[in-house]
Amino acid sequence: MDSSHTATLVIQRGAPGEQSREERHDVPFEPGQSVLDGLRWIRTHTDPSLAFRFACISANACKECMMQVDGKTAYACTARLVESDMTIAPLPNKALIRDLVTEIAPPGERLATVLGQGGLGEGDGK
Amino acid sequence: MILEPSQQERMEQVHLETDVLVIGGGGAGMYAAIAAADEGCNVILADRSLVGRGGATVMAQMTVAVAVGEQEPDHWQHHLEDTLAAGRGICDARLARLLCEDGPIRIREMDDWGVGWAREDGHIKQVHAPGHDRPRCVYVDFLNTGPAVSKTLRTKLSPLEQVRRIGELCIIDIVIEDGAAVGVVALHLPSNRIVTIAAGAVIIATGGLTRLYQRNSASANMAGDGYALALRAGAELLDMEFVQFFPIGHLAPRMIGMDPIMWDPFRYKLGGRLLNGAMEEFTEKYGQAETDGYVITRDLATYAITKEVEAGRGSPAGGAYLSFTHIPEADLRAAFGPVIDRLAENGIDLTKTPIEVAPIAHYHMGGVRVDDAMATRVQGLYAAGEVVGGANGANRLSGNAITEALVFGERAGRRAAAWALAGGGAAWSNSAAAGTIDLIRSAIPAGDSLNVAAAIVDLQHIMGELVGPFRDEAGLTEALSKIDRSRHRLGDRPFAAGGPFDVTELDWFDLRNMYLVAECVTRAALLRTESRGAHQREDHPEMQSGWQVNQIITLGDGGLNFASAPVMQEAA
Ligand SMILES: Cc1cc2nc3c(=O)[nH]c(=O)nc-3n(C[C@H](O)[C@H](O)[C@H](O)COP(=O)(O)OP(=O)(O)OC[C@H]3O[C@@H](n4cnc5c(N)ncnc54)[C@H](O)[C@@H]3O)c2cc1C
Ligand code: FES
Repeated sequence: MDSSHTATLVIQRGAPGEQSREERHDVPFEPGQSVLDGLRWIRTHTDPSLAFRFACISANACKECMMQVDGKTAYACTARLVESDMTIAPLPNKALIRDLVTEIAPPGERLATVLGQGGLGEGDGK
Repeated sequence: MILEPSQQERMEQVHLETDVLVIGGGGAGMYAAIAAADEGCNVILADRSLVGRGGATVMAQMTVAVAVGEQEPDHWQHHLEDTLAAGRGICDARLARLLCEDGPIRIREMDDWGVGWAREDGHIKQVHAPGHDRPRCVYVDFLNTGPAVSKTLRTKLSPLEQVRRIGELCIIDIVIEDGAAVGVVALHLPSNRIVTIAAGAVIIATGGLTRLYQRNSASANMAGDGYALALRAGAELLDMEFVQFFPIGHLAPRMIGMDPIMWDPFRYKLGGRLLNGAMEEFTEKYGQAETDGYVITRDLATYAITKEVEAGRGSPAGGAYLSFTHIPEADLRAAFGPVIDRLAENGIDLTKTPIEVAPIAHYHMGGVRVDDAMATRVQGLYAAGEVVGGANGANRLSGNAITEALVFGERAGRRAAAWALAGGGAAWSNSAAAGTIDLIRSAIPAGDSLNVAAAIVDLQHIMGELVGPFRDEAGLTEALSKIDRSRHRLGDRPFAAGGPFDVTELDWFDLRNMYLVAECVTRAALLRTESRGAHQREDHPEMQSGWQVNQIITLGDGGLNFASAPVMQEAA
């Protein structure tokens, strides 16, 4: 890959109860692309097991793709890819589910609530 | 096989019970849940994503067609005439009538619930959209129709104690006992648990299939699950060959935070010029010049763009240019002020450079065959929303889809509730659910042989290139053999990485549905040797009166079966 047109995503991965790890993934850079474009490229080209959540892809309607991009909370589908290192991590204040997926469902929509288990509250589940 | 931790977790299966189960929390599913609860039922509303956020409803930015007669006198019969005309002779007139007749009731009910339809001089404002004989389309400002509809229904749902909402629950199969739908088997994504739900009645409200195509306006949850669920449950599909393409979907430069079909209102207000890769106007070659603004029809635009690209005269990204560079900035701002700023954030300056557009898959006219109670031929199994086929025939009028979702959702909710309250069909049966549960449990670790995420992209290319808006026998036959080969590689045991939110496993189950649904679309397109509405065969360019029939698909032991049935012409 031509390094002058590469974005490097440094991604925090892992599930609750595991030691989280950092992985570096080079993705081709094209101006105007989003972080979500980069993450989807990784799934189709190098690692289909990378977990992140999204629905509407780039209409910014579903609000499901929230994560931390370079330390700030952002929508992956509107955060721009840049031609250098970018750190990507799950939301720190939500329970981790896997990789970049956190518990963002409203409590009234969770299986645990339906089962009367209260379930993974905000912040626990580490 | 050694059990991985994930497989052990699988042991704690969860079982739930309800009167009515609604699959899919878009406009149709949410309305169905509200209506079924209103009839006195307990309801579970399940969505593979989040309720009200995962599908098309929240993404819709334009308008809703309905004969409320606020702008000008109107009657649902006028709306029906327009709908039937657009459908080119193959609408199920009962469903089209229901859409048009109940539309005003639902739209006023939404108004009472605070959706906020745009108003002018004290009345609901209605605009004119192509194919409608008068201004009929309501909307919510600014480009906020879908989000407002979604939010209103979510707000209406949340205090209802009879409705349990469960997000991130992907329904894998409907369970059939004694010929009746008795519930489902599902995967709860965050916990990776198998969930079974026993239900007196089941409503499929899973939306459309446009994610099958490379260029689409779809969300990640629109891969056509509902069609596959219905087929495997024994229900019929109809007219699966009719996929609506939107001619000037956004192609390049990369644009985020905006609807890919947003250029339509721009063209209405400002005209704009369609140009090929050499910056020449080209639509005249195909029969219609663009001298007087936006007059070119959608089918012709789709055809002209496709042909220029095939002839090597496309724009760099493989479409056509749409140029507004001849329009003064002041006019652009006057028409679309805030949108111009959002374009600027995307690095797009319409006064300087044209953008690139191409036809994109946008809506599906075909779908699950139902009667006017939204009932399939399987007892206790109902469908609502875009997943239903027939109301729009061979082509859908703009604005009819949201109306359809709300109207059919309400109807399905009430009828499913009545069925469930009357005792439903058979009782839940663990053995009837066992096949799907065993399938999920038979998962094997994903090897290097097949990247499931890449396989989805491959299928989207096959569909886009060979089963797009213009089809011929050679291309469709090639598509079928490619689909068949890819499907072989998927095998019959799911791939799984194990653990929570297993996207590999989800992709595997998506592909299981996508190949089946892609085969339906492709084979139906191959069989229909004529051109009608959204289905255009280059080797059969004329509409044939002998083909004024619906194509019905069922799934048997030997695979898909195709038959034709006379069109339901009577609206009453
Ligand atoms: C970008 C865009 C713009 C549009 N603009 C307009 C417009 O202006 N006017 C108009 O009339 N129409 C428009 N349409 C079409 C219209 O929005 C849809 O036809 C309509 O909203 C469909 O509603 P629905 O409830 O049937 O499906 P959806 O809203 O798509 O909801 C289906 C739900 O089912 C869920 N689901 C799917 N499979 C499963 C499963 N296996 N298990 C559990 N849940 C599942 C999905 O996650 C989703 O939430 C537009 C469509 C798009 C994509
Ligand atoms: S993917 Fe929908 S808001 Fe980002």
